[in-house]
Amino acid sequence: MGQVKSLADLRKIKENQQGKMSLREKSNNPESLVQVRVAMATCGIASGAKQVMDFFIEEFDKRNIQAVVTQTGCMGYCFAEPTVEVTLPGKEPVVFGYVDAKKADDIIEKYVKNGELVEGIIPVNYETIEKK
Amino acid sequence: MMKDFAMHIMDIVQNSISAGASQISVTITESEADDSLKLVITDNGKGIPAAMLEKVTDPYTTSRTTRKVGLGLPLLKQHAESTGGHLSIASEVGKGTVAEASFGLSHLDRQPLGDVAGTIVLLAAANPERRFIYRHTTPYGSYTFDTDEVNEVLEGMSISEAPVIRFLREMIEENLKEIKISG
Repeated sequence: MGQVKSLADLRKIKENQQGKMSLREKSNNPESLVQVRVAMATCGIASGAKQVMDFFIEEFDKRNIQAVVTQTGCMGYCFAEPTVEVTLPGKEPVVFGYVDAKKADDIIEKYVKNGELVEGIIPVNYETIEKK
Repeated sequence: MMKDFAMHIMDIVQNSISAGASQISVTITESEADDSLKLVITDNGKGIPAAMLEKVTDPYTTSRTTRKVGLGLPLLKQHAESTGGHLSIASEVGKGTVAEASFGLSHLDRQPLGDVAGTIVLLAAANPERRFIYRHTTPYGSYTFDTDEVNEVLEGMSISEAPVIRFLREMIEENLKEIKISG
């Protein structure tokens, strides 16, 4: 059995990652990144929002897409959870409902990569809680 | 419905985040001697006014404006009580809030702990500006994860980088295994 990981091992991850980051020159300006906000209120959590968030973080990294994945509150679309809000650089945010791993994969491949809309968009003028 | 403790934690911590907390601690204490499992979530957010505090476990009470029901605390309360435990919330405006839920450790209706490690790391990654402290104690030992210590090692690199998230999740999982946490 190997040694239990500790924060000392995090240094290696950090050095590794710094090498990669200088290669792809990660921008410090979040406006130029793809932003994904996963609705993480009771309704979202109960319908699997965490798995969806895990999926986006892992897959953006694997597919080498520069993105920020964060959480937001309930947007009022409890019936369509898990919901995610995707903002492409310079575009208006789009909210997708009923997101599972398959739909998340579609969102990355079609919407994020090519700007093609996929099924399940919630076409309402919504306001996030923070804006209210 | 919340299928495990990890989901409750993700949910209740969102309340702390909405309350503007800069520091949130999640403590789980397992005791075989008194067959109990305690989950305590403490924050330094804006606190809950006394009149609201009386009603927080009422499903028709919520501070949000997008819908009229709030099920986070009622579901936690229901879960605790179904295992012979209870939920208590103490709060002071301007200071913060403490939510304490107790459960019967071996009670059949106690849900499994679930992916607590992954949940804590996701919360930390989604809220890099906030400090998260997670402490888990069992009869075999205690483990503490503190994002302040993580950020010290990262020296300016973001905690939200996928390889960092992956590593932290594995690190917490391995340490929890060492202290033999319950399923």
